[in-house]
Amino acid sequence: MEPAQIDVAYIAKLAKLELTEEETKSFSQDLNQVLAYVAQLEKWDTGQVEPMYHPLPTFDALRADTPGCSLSNEAALSNAPQQEDGQFRVPKVVESAH
Amino acid sequence: MLPGTISYWRKQLTAGSISPAELVEEVARNIESRNPEINAYISWDKEAALVAAAQADLSAPLGGIPIAVKDNICMQGEPTRCASRMLGNFISPYDATAVTRLKQAGAIPFGRTNMDEFAMGSAGENSAFGITRNPANPAHVPGGSSSGSAAAVAADMAIAALGSDTGGSIRQPASHCGIVGIKPTYGRISRYGLVAFASSLDQIGPLTRNVEDAATLLNVLCGHDAKDSTSAPGLPAEDFTAGLGQSIAGCKIGLPKEYLSSGNAPEVSAALERAVATLTSLGAEIREISLPHAEAVVAAYYIIACAEASSNLSRFDGIRYGFRAEAPNGLEDLYNRSRAQGFGSEVKRRIILGTYVLSSGFYDAYYAKAQKVRSLVASDFTAAFNEVDFILGPVAPTAAPKLNDTDLTPLQVYLSDIYTIPANLAGLPAISIPCPQGQGQLPIGIQLQAPHYAETALLRVASALESALQ
Repeated sequence: MEPAQIDVAYIAKLAKLELTEEETKSFSQDLNQVLAYVAQLEKWDTGQVEPMYHPLPTFDALRADTPGCSLSNEAALSNAPQQEDGQFRVPKVVESAH
Repeated sequence: MLPGTISYWRKQLTAGSISPAELVEEVARNIESRNPEINAYISWDKEAALVAAAQADLSAPLGGIPIAVKDNICMQGEPTRCASRMLGNFISPYDATAVTRLKQAGAIPFGRTNMDEFAMGSAGENSAFGITRNPANPAHVPGGSSSGSAAAVAADMAIAALGSDTGGSIRQPASHCGIVGIKPTYGRISRYGLVAFASSLDQIGPLTRNVEDAATLLNVLCGHDAKDSTSAPGLPAEDFTAGLGQSIAGCKIGLPKEYLSSGNAPEVSAALERAVATLTSLGAEIREISLPHAEAVVAAYYIIACAEASSNLSRFDGIRYGFRAEAPNGLEDLYNRSRAQGFGSEVKRRIILGTYVLSSGFYDAYYAKAQKVRSLVASDFTAAFNEVDFILGPVAPTAAPKLNDTDLTPLQVYLSDIYTIPANLAGLPAISIPCPQGQGQLPIGIQLQAPHYAETALLRVASALESALQ
C-alpha cells in the first residue's frame, strides 16, 4: 500500500471541524508522516486473522429492560449552552412554510 | 506533613490522631502551597470535601481518605472539564461509578486533576488549563495523560488519585513521577462516567504511593456495573491485597527480547537489569521470551484509538452541553465553529486522523487492518503466558523529557508509548512501580504485565519487587 496523502480539508468537513489554513497545513504534514509510518502494518500477514474489535470476548451485554431513574429534565439541561421551555435551543434548521 | 499512604492515614484516622476534616485541611494546605508551581489540579472544592468529611464513616474501608480524581471522571456537582475549553463550564450532573464506589467505601473524592486534553497526550502539556510540572524536577514533564494525578501524589498534594489509561496514561506518568500506577484488566472497573476517548482501550485505575494502596483501591473500585455494557460480569469477589508479602519463589517471569531495544535510555536499561537481578534474588525465574508483533503496536494503536476518538468526540457538537460558538449561521456552522474553538490542536489532529481511517475507501486498509494486527498482538501475549506467569519490561524508553521539547514531531511522541500500548490492545492488567534512582536523578518505573484478571498475583510480584528494590 502506497502511503496515501491525506486531504485534510475534506476530512475536516466530514468531521464537522472548521480548521484554519495554518492548521490544515500543519496537520497535513504531521498526518502524512503518521500515515507513512502506519503503512508498515502491511508487512504483517493478516489473511487468516479475525479483527479484534474488543479486548474481551463478552461485551455489549444488555441489561434488563426495566424502567429506572434517569437524569431529571432540569439536570439534563443544566449544561445546555442555550435552553428554552425545558428544551435545548438550537439555530433554526428548517425553512418557514410559505 | 502529608506524606503517608492510605494505610498510614487510615491508622491515624481510626486512632483518632487526626479527624477527616483535619486531613482534608492538610491536603488543601499542600495543594495551596504547591499547586501554583506544579499545576496538578484544575479545581478543588474544599467546602464540599469538608461536608463529606463531617459525615465520613471511619468504619468503612476508605473512611475519611481524600482521593484526587482525574478531570475526565465525572463527579456530581463539580467541574468535569477533561482539561478542555470544550467543557470549560461543564458541571457533572452525576457521579461516575468509580466515584460512587469511592464514596460508598467512605472516601472523600477531592480535587480535579489536570491532564492532557481528553486524555490525548503523554506529557501533560496538552491542557487548556496550563502545563503540569514534574515534582521531581519542575523543568521536566510529569508524563501523561494522567499528569495531574501522578504529580499530585508525587508532590504530596494527594494521598492517592484516580487516573485513566488508554495507551499508558496511568503507568507512564506514574513512572515519570516515581509512584505506583496500575491499569487493571479491561472490564474490571466500570467506565460509566469516564468521558470516553477510545472505548475498547480506556480503563480507570489508581495512582498511589505504594503497591498496597493500589490493591486497597482496586478492592473498592472493581466490580460489575450494569451501567457499562463492557463491564466484566460474573467475576468472583476478590481481595487484591491477598498476595501481598508472599513469596514469589518459582514465579516465571518473561523478558521479551523486543523490549531490550537499543532505543532505551541507559538509565532505563540499568533499571531493567536491576529489576531482573532483584527478581532473581527473590527466587523468580527470568526467561527470555518473544513478542513478535511488538513493533506493530504503535501503528495499530494510533489507528484504533483515533478512530474510536473521532466517533466518541462527535458528541461535542455545541448542542446539549459544552462550548457553543457565538452567533452561528445555521446548525452546520454551529457544529463546525463550536468544535473548532472548543478543541485544542492535538484533539483536532487525532479527530482528523480517526475520521480519515474510518472514511469510505480507507476503512479496510487502515481500521480493519489495525484490528487484525491487534489480534496478532494479543495472540503474542496468549502464547507468552503459556510459558511465563508475568512479563517484565520498561514503562517508557526514557525518563521524563524536558518541558516544551518542540523538536519532537507528533509521530516521535507517539512512538514513546511502545511499551504501554500492548496491555491496552490486549486488555491486560499492567503495573508501573518505581525503581529508586540516585539523588537528583529523574524517576524510572518498571512495568509488569499479567494475564487477564490476574491482578492479585500481579500485585504480589509487584509488591515483592517494590520492597526488595527499596
